[in-house]
Amino acid sequence: MNAVPAAPQGPASHGPVSHDPSASHGPAPHGPSASQGPAPGSAPGSSPVAARERGILAAPPELTGAVTHSRLRRGRRRRLVVLVLAALIAGVFLLTLMVGQTFYPLDQVVRVVLGEDVPGASFTVGRLRLPRAMLAVLAGACFGLGGVVFQTMLRNPLASPDIIGISSGASAAAAFAIIMLSMGGVQVSIVAIAGGLGVALAVYLLSFRGGLAGTRLILVGIGVAAMLDSVTAYVLSKAPQWELQEAMRWLTGSLNGAGYGTVMPVLVALAVLGPVLLSQSRALSLLRLGDDTAAALGVRTERTRILLIVAAVGLIAFATAATGPIAFVAFLSGPIAARIAGPAGSLLIPSALVGALLVLVADFAGQFLFGLRYPVGVVTGALGAPYLLYLIIRTNRTGGSL
Amino acid sequence: MRVLWLLLAAVLTALLGAASLVIGSREVPWTDVLAALQGSADNLNQAAVTKRIPRTVLALLAGAALGLAGAVMQGVTRNPLADPGILGVNMGASLAVAVGIAWFGMFSYTAFIWTAILGAAVTAVFVYAIGSLGRGGATPLKLALAGAATSAALVSFISAVVLPRADIAQSVRSWQIGGVGGAGFEGIGRMLPFLIAGAVICLLAARPLNSLALGDELAAGLGERVAVARAAAALGAVMLCGAVTAIAGPIGFVGLVVPHLCRLLIGVDHRWLLPFSALTGAALLTASDVAGRIIARPEELDVGIVTALVGAPFFIYIVRRQKVREL
Repeated sequence: MNAVPAAPQGPASHGPVSHDPSASHGPAPHGPSASQGPAPGSAPGSSPVAARERGILAAPPELTGAVTHSRLRRGRRRRLVVLVLAALIAGVFLLTLMVGQTFYPLDQVVRVVLGEDVPGASFTVGRLRLPRAMLAVLAGACFGLGGVVFQTMLRNPLASPDIIGISSGASAAAAFAIIMLSMGGVQVSIVAIAGGLGVALAVYLLSFRGGLAGTRLILVGIGVAAMLDSVTAYVLSKAPQWELQEAMRWLTGSLNGAGYGTVMPVLVALAVLGPVLLSQSRALSLLRLGDDTAAALGVRTERTRILLIVAAVGLIAFATAATGPIAFVAFLSGPIAARIAGPAGSLLIPSALVGALLVLVADFAGQFLFGLRYPVGVVTGALGAPYLLYLIIRTNRTGGSL
Repeated sequence: MRVLWLLLAAVLTALLGAASLVIGSREVPWTDVLAALQGSADNLNQAAVTKRIPRTVLALLAGAALGLAGAVMQGVTRNPLADPGILGVNMGASLAVAVGIAWFGMFSYTAFIWTAILGAAVTAVFVYAIGSLGRGGATPLKLALAGAATSAALVSFISAVVLPRADIAQSVRSWQIGGVGGAGFEGIGRMLPFLIAGAVICLLAARPLNSLALGDELAAGLGERVAVARAAAALGAVMLCGAVTAIAGPIGFVGLVVPHLCRLLIGVDHRWLLPFSALTGAALLTASDVAGRIIARPEELDVGIVTALVGAPFFIYIVRRQKVREL
């Protein structure tokens, strides 16, 4: 979105700047996603920039035209993807409201959602299914947004909050608060957020040594995550057996027992922190060029980064406090969004939508597909794991940004 | 000098083993400890010590095996961050055992051990293959990432396998933390042949590992069959981790910390490093077990939690050093 408006009259001064992040570096996954787009347009898309920098060409009009054209096309594709994703979410959302132990036809469901009182359906749909579906969408969007911010900022698809320990921190804190301190409700959210932020800060400081190296941060995060996971395991081993279902939530994430009370904090967090992140999307895509370049282009790198981290961690922690760390959603949303939306523009909104769709579909599948009710985190974990490994293989083989 | 360090480590290990018999939620005088060691279980004190004996033996054996396996893995991959826990090998063994219990109704220790070794081997090959793809071969970062990601994936699979079985969920969950508390001599006895075989393979691999440390080309030039040496050493390490994981659950970070400490004290010659790592590993795991009993008195912390709390900061320290040095 931010790349498109610059295009039509984009003279040499502005063109390369807004173009570069999308074309040459590409978002999280690389290679195929760029070439599978408009191949004739995007490959030469970077060459006039490079040529211009070398001063060989003075941007012949037909090339500028090609760049403009391909950029417009990618913008269109991105809008189309966003629309399709939103439509899919709406469709699955309604489906989860209709299908269950009892089937309710669409018109009844719609009437319940609009606030009418329908005998029977009002309780099942309005009290049970609606908050659950809402929580799925909201938490998924939070995980997707938080994940893609980290992945973009650290320029590594593997640097998602669930790998570098932030989800583990929020989860360990929440489990501790519930089981050891017998807290509930908003208190748990607060503790989880404190835990997530504390871990993020610790990882950041521990890996800061004469500048920030993404690789060091990831490795430090892995170490911290291992430590926190063992804390969670210890806390859970103290939990009485009949709390096993509840305990599983803090290991894998689950939407069981969702009510409006758990939905509200997540909704507020998304409504407040989401726009903060979106307002920084341009700075975020510039940070991807590296600190020095971003600073030269007018981004206050440290301040922006801290703002981004706080907002992203806040989203992750609020969602984790409500649902537990739903495995791999933060990790998967960004790369999937990048593949389907193409490399143009900001990935924030597509990733949020992909995250929401993932959680919604996985929860639906976990409830009804396997004959036995799996919590949503087990489904995303089991389905996400092969994709994760595929992603690592591809990242390693292409050399990627590692 | 090396002999001195080795003796020191042996004395330390023996002391810690004794401490593990004496220290616990019940205070036991020395006379009762000695009596219990001679097989008597007349009063409560002696009975308590009798319960501590297999646990101490398991801690010593498991620690030695994990320390040795860690040293070999770091040698094989020439990677300072290699560790059975970080590379996901222990988690692979866990998944295999969980599948065996939940789907095939396995219950004998021998079956556990074979399954665990199989799972560990598959995971080790898998992680190493993923980590060494692409430019630069198996760099520390790529291996650690591949291992961490694989671990995360395996944990999800374990949840998916165990969850439908409420009857086994509790026992699998407590086993999965990693502890030596529930040990009995039967399990230890079944584990022992595998440990001995693995240890012999690893110790025989000491000289090839020294050549491998010079780089593959040079090692081949010195007449080493690089692939064979690497595969054999890795097999030994995998047997050790698999057998330990089957009995004690996945215990992380011992294999990471111990070889680094040992290398500081005794140098990089694997012929000395490997036995020394085994001794120090036994000392570390026993110490962690004792510490877990002291910290949370009168309850106890599982040893897997203690080693993670001790080992993870050490891991971070290694990562933070200016550059992650190739071994």
